[in-house]
Amino acid sequence: MSDPREIVVIGHGMVGSRFVTECRARDPEGQRVRITVVGAESRGPYNRILLSDAVNGRLEESELALPSTTHANDRVCTGRAVTAVDPQSRRVYLDDGTELRYDELVLATGAQPAFPPVRGLVDRQGAPSDGVTALRDLDDCARVRSWARSGAPLVVLGGGVLGLEAARGLNEAGSRVAVVESAPWLMRRQLDRSGADILAQQLRTLGIDIHTWRVAGRWVPGTGLELDDGRMVPADGIIVTAGVRARTELATAAGLATEHGVLVDDRLATSAPRVHAIGDCAQHSGGGAGLVAPGWEMARILADQLTGVDPAARYRGARAVTRLKAAGIELTALGDAEADAGEQADVTETVTVADPHGGRYGKLSVRSGHIVGAVLLGFADAAAAISQLYTEDGVVPADRLSLLLGLSPTDSSPASSGESDPTVCHCNAVRRSDLESAWLDGARSRAALAERTRATTGCGGCTRDVDALVTALGDGAEPVSH
Amino acid sequence: MTRTHCPYCALQCAMHLEPDPSGNLAVRPAQFPTNRGGLCRKGWTAAELLTTPERLTTPLLRTDTSSEFQPVDWDTALDHVARRMAQLRRFHGPDAVSVFGSGGLTNEKSYLLGKFARLALGTSQIDYNGRFCMSSAAAAGNRAFGLDRGMPFPLSDLGGAEVVLLAGANPAATMPPMMGHLTAPTLIVVDPRRSATAEQALARGGMHLAPRPGTDLALALGLLHVARVENLLDEDYIAERTTGFSEAWRHVAAWWPHRVEQLTGVPAADIHAAARLLGQAGSRYILTGRGCEQHSSGVDTVSAWINLALALGLPGRVGSGYGCITGQGNGQGGREHGQKADQLPGYRRIDDPEARDRVATAWGVDAGELPGPGRSAFELLDALGQDQGPRAMWLLGSNPAVSAPDAVRVRRRLAELDLFVVSDFVFSESCEYAHVVLPVAQWAEERGTMTNLEGRVLRRNQAVNPPAGVRTDLEVIRELAVRLGQPAERFPSEADAVLTELGAVTRGAPADYSGISARLAYRDGGRSTAGPSSGGPVAQPASYVAAEDAASVESTGEVASPDTGNELYWPAPVDGSGTPRLFLDSFAHPDGRARFLPVEHRPAAEAASPTFPLLATTGRVLGHYQSGAQTRRVPELAAADPETVVEMHPDTAARSGLRSGDQARVTSARGTTLARVRITAHSRRDTVFLPFHFAGAGAANNLTNPALDPTSRMPEFKVSAVRLEPVPADEGKDSPDE
Repeated sequence: MSDPREIVVIGHGMVGSRFVTECRARDPEGQRVRITVVGAESRGPYNRILLSDAVNGRLEESELALPSTTHANDRVCTGRAVTAVDPQSRRVYLDDGTELRYDELVLATGAQPAFPPVRGLVDRQGAPSDGVTALRDLDDCARVRSWARSGAPLVVLGGGVLGLEAARGLNEAGSRVAVVESAPWLMRRQLDRSGADILAQQLRTLGIDIHTWRVAGRWVPGTGLELDDGRMVPADGIIVTAGVRARTELATAAGLATEHGVLVDDRLATSAPRVHAIGDCAQHSGGGAGLVAPGWEMARILADQLTGVDPAARYRGARAVTRLKAAGIELTALGDAEADAGEQADVTETVTVADPHGGRYGKLSVRSGHIVGAVLLGFADAAAAISQLYTEDGVVPADRLSLLLGLSPTDSSPASSGESDPTVCHCNAVRRSDLESAWLDGARSRAALAERTRATTGCGGCTRDVDALVTALGDGAEPVSH
Repeated sequence: MTRTHCPYCALQCAMHLEPDPSGNLAVRPAQFPTNRGGLCRKGWTAAELLTTPERLTTPLLRTDTSSEFQPVDWDTALDHVARRMAQLRRFHGPDAVSVFGSGGLTNEKSYLLGKFARLALGTSQIDYNGRFCMSSAAAAGNRAFGLDRGMPFPLSDLGGAEVVLLAGANPAATMPPMMGHLTAPTLIVVDPRRSATAEQALARGGMHLAPRPGTDLALALGLLHVARVENLLDEDYIAERTTGFSEAWRHVAAWWPHRVEQLTGVPAADIHAAARLLGQAGSRYILTGRGCEQHSSGVDTVSAWINLALALGLPGRVGSGYGCITGQGNGQGGREHGQKADQLPGYRRIDDPEARDRVATAWGVDAGELPGPGRSAFELLDALGQDQGPRAMWLLGSNPAVSAPDAVRVRRRLAELDLFVVSDFVFSESCEYAHVVLPVAQWAEERGTMTNLEGRVLRRNQAVNPPAGVRTDLEVIRELAVRLGQPAERFPSEADAVLTELGAVTRGAPADYSGISARLAYRDGGRSTAGPSSGGPVAQPASYVAAEDAASVESTGEVASPDTGNELYWPAPVDGSGTPRLFLDSFAHPDGRARFLPVEHRPAAEAASPTFPLLATTGRVLGHYQSGAQTRRVPELAAADPETVVEMHPDTAARSGLRSGDQARVTSARGTTLARVRITAHSRRDTVFLPFHFAGAGAANNLTNPALDPTSRMPEFKVSAVRLEPVPADEGKDSPDE
């Protein structure tokens, strides 16, 4: 058997570590590939999705660790940064002066928080000022946690998914939270205006101040955030959740084609041979950056290719579903929330239910029998079915309102209550008329009826019905004719 | 009047058999802590099998399967079988002859059959249909607790619970009297279908979680995830009584509720609600059934449920616990006494040198003479007649032509055998492939012990002598063993003598029956109660009065009085009194701790595809048992459920051009099943359901996937990718059975 191929992975976060696990699931004995992972952080990979549970103290930091499966020949280099990549010589250079040769290189460098150009947020060196933090890693999380005290005023800059989850977590912990969003409404990329308005109302009811379509002017440490209308939002600290930027520095320096991410095709190949990119640092025409599910899907597909298990595996883009992880709010958004207003509006069928009083909003847009967009606020049961139909691109059933409301179609089998002679004991197929006959023949108690008809001797679920029948017949009720 | 237990499932309801005015035996329910005077329709009609007109009463023989069977006498049949077995063995080696047993056989038969295979045939090729039933739960129980007894507590303990979670179990249809213990607790039912049990749960304020088939493991991980985040775990218990939590947690951490919802289709809000309901209750149980076990990831799926139970601190405590609901009548005892490819009596491992020595010594042979582990059930069936595979098989108490996965292929394999011997009391579908059919006694015509779903050893009593011409399995084993050159005394044909031997051999083993047989010997003096084969009722065995007393004592939760002779919970060492509740002080691993297993979801072997866009899952209906070979011959049951149905959502039916009552053709990559369409509004749109009790063209197992669990070798009965098509009316009418 030939030597295993050398794979170098840059980035040991959620997607990089997942790629290693996927490779090891396909090649547990290490016969096909040998993997070296380089991670800048000194700790092992952890689950960023759970940061909001760590912010509100439900999980300890150590519990966020991700499973990592490695072979004895694999290497994990943590606390070391890659300084350069040379696709020609197939080498990766590390900050400790060492270099790594590769047969295949995987970029999983992820993304970093993007700070908007607001005065006072960063110091002259570009580091966050006093009372300013992003919410991306465990250190950020610890910082936010230290601020979360009862009654403490905090401001969240950016009303997207991450910002709202943080705001709700801090609000639960007793902080007085305000959210500032420069777009006309919250979760601008996922929601339409009507849905966002009802969501904002719900958040206000929970005690969170919402300022949309307001640009932050200046962060004043110890005072708060000044808005463009001159108002001052008081805050001890500010959590910046205004989006992320793909980490493309290494790729750009190595001459790879990049836009806002490293450009990849369906094979997840970059413009350089033997160099691949997955996760938040990658930019695929089908989208998917920013969410973990598409990143893990990319890890799976690239592992299929590079271990040779399925050389034909391809990434076809994400059919991503956004869920808001915030206690007391059930929000799911997928596809184009404004599919009814775009270019193909005339061929799009949309069902909308708005219930501002009940804090519920449902919108389902369908084109040629397939879901193209949905917003589900407060429809927990429907969300599961609709997101499954969307991710699998299934055909939408005829009754779309029922689907949206999470209702089952009416059972077509005759309900026994409507029958003139219903089955009382299903286990033994005993009808009401059988029990009445036995009663007329002298079986006047449940035990006697059981002995004569077997009713109640199975699961016993009909015991109350039989008791009621004994009472009714004893009171002179007329048996049904049979 | 004879008091005995039902011939069907592992609940083993107590019943009285007594002559009705026409002189035939009729059933009346009896009081016992498990069935509490209840019976289902199968139990009520069980005595009709004793007089079925289709009863076999003479051995049948043919030399090749293209010719007709000839009735022959027993000596001719047994001489032929023994001679052919010896020939094939001489020519192809001992593994050329195989044995396939059943979780329906008594403890005595299971034991003696395993001994027969190892000593008289010298073959490693013995397995049984329990592999299709209990193997995943057994493997998961063993690795978590160090011991597998389906329910390590009395069934009646469930009645005091606040919450019971049933994962992949539908007792309201499969063992209805069990539901009598579940009227007080709030139920959480996990099942892709809105089963009868799910309906009852909802009607009483409980929950129904309906995961996509093949995703139960992820659901269990999600429930544990939420329980941890909501701070509902029993940290002290985890620290003091378990190991491995943090490794297991790493996988659990990656299954947050929204991700679980995406995969399973169970709303995240329901996952939260169920975790809180279970996590906040004082007394709670988690029970698993075949629904989550019959998967290529069955062992890990059960481990995920056990992890949840351990994290909540349930196992090994009075009033809480984990258990699996054993299916077949002797599904528990059948997996303990050596008819499994990797096992010796007493739940000993056949690859454990010490166990081999103990058993070999007891059997009076050298340990080197005992064969090693053989093929598992499906692998054994699939190897029949193939290169390196067995040339002969003796089948007892099973009907793999209907019940094995990928049944079309298994039927083809059966047809390739040089010698196929079937012991049964009716002409089952598997008999169609046989060279020799041996008519044997059933249930109420012989005595023996069964170990029920609680691990309690019950006496089945003889109520009537077998019809003339019929022999017991034990007699046939002995006759064949002697013909194969074994000393007769090594193979007693009297049940109590076998039990006495079984007790001695299992002494000190994990499943220790020595106390049961010792008490039996003390009470009955080991005497035989079997009469001559002349028909007619037999005398009531003496041990019964004590048994009824024991039952009433048991129902109050007391330990059985030491002189009952049976109905004890194993382990029942010779100097003890049975063990109703296991693990109260420690688990059976050397360090006394239970183990969390770091399990991860993996997809079913087959996913829906453009060619096969739906998932089919299989299960049971109330009126039938297993392959239906028995219950389809009871007129009342056959009339109620005469044919295969396929349940589906109205949208699914509409998309396939099907209406309620239509005949549908369900096709997988392996075969086709014809079934009557039944519309069920609460079905998942991506899943159809078929019961597996029917034969030929209606056999649901024509569809099923024999992808095996790597540990238990359990086939993936519960997930097959299929498509649906209407059968034109004229075609449906003419369609033959096969």
